[in-house]
Amino acid sequence: MRLTGAQAMVKILEIENVSHIFGYPGAAICPFYDALADSQIKHILTRHEQGAAHAANGYARATGKTGVCVATSGPGATNLITGIATAYMDSIPIVAITGQVPTNQIGKDVFQEADITGATAPFCKHNYLVKDVKELPRIMKEAFHIASTGRPGPVVIDVPVDVQNAQLDFLYPETIDIRGYKPTYKGHPLQIRKIADAIKESKAPVICAGGGVISSNAGEELTELIEKCRIPVVTTLMGIGAVPAKHELNLGMLGSHGNYVANYAIHNADLVIIMGARVGDRAMAAANKIAKKAKIIHIDIDPAEIGKNIDVVIPVVGDVKMILQDLLQLVEKGDVEEWNRVIGDKLAEFRKKQHSDVFSKDNAEDNGKDNADNAASSRTDRENAVKPSYFLKMLSDMMDGETIVTTEVGQNQIWAANYLSINKPGKFITSGGMGTMGYGLPAAVGAKVGRPENKVIVISGDGSFQMTMQELGTIKQNKLGVKIVIFNNSRLGMVRELQKKKYCNRYFQTFLDNPDFVKLADAYGIKGERISGNLEVEGAIKRMLHDDEPYLLECVVDPEEPTL
Amino acid sequence: MPKHILSVLVENHPGVLSRVAGLFSRRGFNIDSLAVGVTENPDISRMTIVVDGDDHIVEQVSKQLNKLIDVIRVKRLDPAETVSRELALIKVNATAATRSEIIQIVEIFRDKIVDVSKNTLTIEACGDADKLKALENMLQQFGIKEIVRTGFISIERGSKHIKAKNNNED
Repeated sequence: MRLTGAQAMVKILEIENVSHIFGYPGAAICPFYDALADSQIKHILTRHEQGAAHAANGYARATGKTGVCVATSGPGATNLITGIATAYMDSIPIVAITGQVPTNQIGKDVFQEADITGATAPFCKHNYLVKDVKELPRIMKEAFHIASTGRPGPVVIDVPVDVQNAQLDFLYPETIDIRGYKPTYKGHPLQIRKIADAIKESKAPVICAGGGVISSNAGEELTELIEKCRIPVVTTLMGIGAVPAKHELNLGMLGSHGNYVANYAIHNADLVIIMGARVGDRAMAAANKIAKKAKIIHIDIDPAEIGKNIDVVIPVVGDVKMILQDLLQLVEKGDVEEWNRVIGDKLAEFRKKQHSDVFSKDNAEDNGKDNADNAASSRTDRENAVKPSYFLKMLSDMMDGETIVTTEVGQNQIWAANYLSINKPGKFITSGGMGTMGYGLPAAVGAKVGRPENKVIVISGDGSFQMTMQELGTIKQNKLGVKIVIFNNSRLGMVRELQKKKYCNRYFQTFLDNPDFVKLADAYGIKGERISGNLEVEGAIKRMLHDDEPYLLECVVDPEEPTL
Repeated sequence: MPKHILSVLVENHPGVLSRVAGLFSRRGFNIDSLAVGVTENPDISRMTIVVDGDDHIVEQVSKQLNKLIDVIRVKRLDPAETVSRELALIKVNATAATRSEIIQIVEIFRDKIVDVSKNTLTIEACGDADKLKALENMLQQFGIKEIVRTGFISIERGSKHIKAKNNNED
């Protein structure tokens, strides 16, 4: 079959089962767009290339498929970079296709030229500059393979415009052989045996589940393991949903923004089993202090993560799901009754306290029950502000289990991580490693495109929402029923909190003079409302969730409301 | 800090060197020297990288190198079981009075004079780190104008050799 490079690219996307791509056209990618017009593949036109990359990311996380985004050369390509780096840090499979200036002009600084393979090398899994159209099928096959296998990640394909126009005899390779890329999936039986022995011997084990548990789809196996062996589990930000939040053995998120019980467990365990997590500084700041007290087992598909941030006694390289399946055959419960009792008591106490903090004082009329203990909540004027914890607890009760929540970055993200009840893998989509403000809204676009039957809610703050709020246009144009919650405290709340605690209350450049978000939504033809008190929360959530139209719900939040 | 030798088989593609060099700088690893050239298989290049750092660092370097798709194999070479050589071109000041002394020194080191002018000699020296250091010390007194070095290349002693078959570190 004689095709142009551009036609071949579209054909390959079809063969790879790509149904939706996110992008933004420009001169250097026009041949591709011209070929795409004849295809069944649906193109979602975002309002900024960064939005396209985050949408591909959200799509991938909501569906488990590889997300695809497209941009033109130069600024189009560089605008993708934040999205590519975000996907890299969180190990999300996306393929980013960029146009490039003609091959014979590369290096001459011509109009809209940027060395995107050079620029993205530090934060993509691999990248290609296609110099010969005959290479295109092999390269694209490899790109999809590399993005989605092993430890997933973004792959960039840079295609000069003359390569898109050149002709080739199209033949898509059936097999792949990359001699430098052979991921290990099956865990070493000897190492798995050692895990089983360690669990049997341990009196105080804890599992730390990260994003790898979700990307390998090992939630069920993990739940089976913790139930069989009565091992409490803590999750990283990326691991939320790996085990149902309501599970009696799920202690919630650990780390600097996590909760007391999760951190207590990890610091007092005699065995810590880290699964699909990279021991990042926000999860375990004092990793080697933990390693002094406990035996560390680290399971990861990326051998380079093992031993990078924590000293490991039993390293196991492989796919978490396959390793758990093997482990479940051998594992036996240890003598963990006392540990279960201690942790169980602490968890029950914590949940009770959290519940009463959130509900009893704030939902009621202001009856002057304040005392020194709840000074923090007394600062919140309940007549004039929504308490985020209360809102999120109410939302958890009112949304169904299939609802996908994305978040922005900042206080909104930490509140969502700690107060939302996420009970299934892949239902909590947030920028973990990179902490990219402006991720949540376009990620919600991608999630909704990939899972139109699910409710998709983005939890955002007024600061991060404004980083990519132009995607309201994408939501409107594509009739995507994304529900937008903005916690508006007219502040960059997370930075302000830092200035409060570490910089002697010197608030600087953290105040935002915001637009009227409801009017803004209205300008896009999106319904919206503003609430400013806890008593309005339930009704507003009901109105937001009752149909599948886009909706913007602005919650006025007290600037003093902390995350910690 | 101790020096470690890594022998790395890579795809002979454009851009591979920058990927490897970029990895070192962004992960904060120090390269002492890096030499690269094509192997007996024209599709594959071999890099010899001398790394400064403790065992933990060298293990991380190896693992991170292995993650690069274009890296086929990484092997840490045991200095005791390895032949390492570096080529250096050394230009020294030489007058009528010092020329013959320099030539004698070079002969003792079994190196070669490859260029001569009225007031300089250029020496081609080949050897391991100790030998090149010793030669450099001997030539210092005459005034070294410039030194150009290739970086070390290393090969294992005996019949052992590095195959491209798998990408795991030994």
